[in-house]
Amino acid sequence: MAALNLARLIAVAADTIAAHAEELTALDQAIGDGDHGLNMKRGFEAVRAEADAFAAKPLPDALKAIGTKLVMTVGGASGPLFGTLFMALGKEIAADPDRNNLAAAFGKAIEAVAARGKSQIGQKTMLDVLQPVHDALAGGKTAAEIADVADAAAEATMPMKALRGRASFLGERSIGHMDAGARSTALLVRSVGQAIGESA
Amino acid sequence: MSNVGIVIVSHSPLVAEGTADMVRQMVGEEVPLAWCGGNGHGGLGTNVEAIMGAIDKAWSEAGVAILVDLGGAETNSEMAVEMIGEPRAQKIIVCNAPIVEGAVMAATESSGGASLKEVVATAHELSPS
Repeated sequence: MAALNLARLIAVAADTIAAHAEELTALDQAIGDGDHGLNMKRGFEAVRAEADAFAAKPLPDALKAIGTKLVMTVGGASGPLFGTLFMALGKEIAADPDRNNLAAAFGKAIEAVAARGKSQIGQKTMLDVLQPVHDALAGGKTAAEIADVADAAAEATMPMKALRGRASFLGERSIGHMDAGARSTALLVRSVGQAIGESA
Repeated sequence: MSNVGIVIVSHSPLVAEGTADMVRQMVGEEVPLAWCGGNGHGGLGTNVEAIMGAIDKAWSEAGVAILVDLGGAETNSEMAVEMIGEPRAQKIIVCNAPIVEGAVMAATESSGGASLKEVVATAHELSPS
């Protein structure tokens, strides 16, 4: 795989989240507490502010530090969930990962997110994007293909009934809306793909 | 202090503080007590750093019981406990109980010198399983 320019990746991810903050908030307003866009933007701007320091670290340490920063700054349930994703990824990933190592580490990180949220696939959460992305990654898909898989997976949360989080209070009324966390996860996946594509 | 500490974590600082007031009315200063609420930026929400601070403030060698309101408060509290790490983490329990009733009942139990396990069990009795 192409060498990862972490500072660039952080910039692309923060730009993407900022550009979609209102959309994420609107999704969250429909079936949640309406703070997802603002929370994610705050967290990724905090990560951006220290991007050079993160990029100077070995990849595993950088991911753990980014995760901790997200936990402390995002707020809401998304902070621990996205923070755990990065922290667990950092714990499992190699300093110079190949695709196999990345896919295996990503799989472990998904397990950690599921444990943190006491959730599983099919409950209208970010897990419903993470798992297909993992499978596409392990299956040898390109970055662009993986980003498309993520988008489709986020769309596929629309007909699901929420079983976790604030949206679950709405029961049947959560059906027909895309999960905000699934959407932000898909945006991040596309950002990573874009940043890797630029350096390839 | 040897009594179990109580931490109250709400999305709203007003709810957290009001709950703490009700606890104090029951148990006075006999129980270590701390609360936090809000996202740290003036809005509703919960904040891991603030929860870690509240646990420090209410720390007791007998342990700490945390009472939370909605999902994010629980997730953030569990994250805070994990970040505090062992050996203290094993003496901190996030309760599955309604926040106001749970805090008052848990604190009352604690004020009588009950163990962490007993305090948490008292709070859990309030939740239909």
